[in-house]
Amino acid sequence: MNANSLVSIADLSKEEILHILEQARYFEENPNHKILDGKVVATLFFEPSTRTRLSFETAANRLGARVIGFSDASTTSSSKGETLKDTIIMVSNYVDLIIMRHYLEGAALYATEVTETPIINAGDGSNQHPSQTMLDLYSIYKTQGHLDNLTITMVGDLKYGRTVHSLLMAMRFFNPTFNFVACNELRMPDEYMEFCDRHGIKYNVSTDFSPEIINTSDIIYMTRVQRERFTDIMEYERVKDLYSLNNAMLSDSRDNLKILHPLPRVNEIAYDVDDNPKAYYFQQAQNGLYARQALICNALGIDILKTQKD
Amino acid sequence: MTTSKKELAVAALRNGTVIDHIPSRMLFKAVRILGIEGLTTQLTIGNNLDSKKLGAKGIIKVADVFFPEAVLNRIALIAPTAVINIIRDFEVVEKLPVVLPETIVGLVKCDNPKCITNNEPMKTRFHVVDRNEGIIRCHYCGHSVNTLNATIL
Repeated sequence: MNANSLVSIADLSKEEILHILEQARYFEENPNHKILDGKVVATLFFEPSTRTRLSFETAANRLGARVIGFSDASTTSSSKGETLKDTIIMVSNYVDLIIMRHYLEGAALYATEVTETPIINAGDGSNQHPSQTMLDLYSIYKTQGHLDNLTITMVGDLKYGRTVHSLLMAMRFFNPTFNFVACNELRMPDEYMEFCDRHGIKYNVSTDFSPEIINTSDIIYMTRVQRERFTDIMEYERVKDLYSLNNAMLSDSRDNLKILHPLPRVNEIAYDVDDNPKAYYFQQAQNGLYARQALICNALGIDILKTQKD
Repeated sequence: MTTSKKELAVAALRNGTVIDHIPSRMLFKAVRILGIEGLTTQLTIGNNLDSKKLGAKGIIKVADVFFPEAVLNRIALIAPTAVINIIRDFEVVEKLPVVLPETIVGLVKCDNPKCITNNEPMKTRFHVVDRNEGIIRCHYCGHSVNTLNATIL
């Protein structure tokens, strides 16, 4: 097991998170820093995810690393019945870093146990996706100037949305106040509210996406409400439009408010919001590049800020 | 020590291990956990015996076998009330409660079908998160289960 592997955002301390964010800021200012010349990075996508793969591969390329890998496990030996363990050990022989996405939960953690090569988890089933959380944190950090004492409103699918769960856990160091806005069927699971209680995090639970909530938020984190999540389709039809945002709803919102969304969106953010300077979801995706450059360096034990000082 | 008839029955082993106070419905799970099906020494399994503590209890007596503590503690997973008696020369020389270990390896199946442990040839691993309620959590996928409902591998 390589200690620099990143499986879950919960593995990172406050200091580590802040340090990675500072590195992300550096890469935003210097995106083409060829610090990984001569290194080879593998992107093993056992489950297709074009957006995440392109972001990681761009990050590695801009750092000067070469990239090998696959984007679909059906073209690999895992379709012949090769175990994950064997695939990981085999690829470890070739590369300096493995970035992997897998449809099974716990796959990345298991992969770290079978190799000394550092692993970055690019999503394992509905379990963990730490690079998404890091880009969310970077987006908040960049737009607000800090992470402390913010009011963050999470809207939509709070039950199955792993991005909101990971963000919630990562924010525990920064004294946030959360508003959880969802219908009963998709409300925040008890274990995460218990997590808030244990860490002294303030939160409000509401089924109503009210002006009062919108106008007191620093960040509104929208998520997609998916039809297939509902056991009762009538319930879906009833709530699907209750948790969508349009431009008129933002008229009395705070000046520093930013709207985030992990994308892809469907109808939960109206297109008239896109031109509002408070809409931030496209820049948020772009921030993923810098956050992933920082995570790649971190996994390889490279401190870009330190190498710049030396 | 009071010598009731039951304790005499227990002590009737010359040497060996007696696992007492197993809830009746958990007895055969306990047998599986111990892996004693293949033993050739004398083995007595009793079930639905009267118990003041449990109402009905099971008991396992194994002659001439002394299990490692780690094996006995696995019983705690399904029968936290169980008591281990070590018998030497007809005497109970040790009486121990079972203690659920912090980490349980290769014993419980994860209920999450999308967990890596159900799809790779590997050992499962669970951590105890709530000792009183008997809640354990999968090391890999984070799925929690109550030990009383756990599927034993």
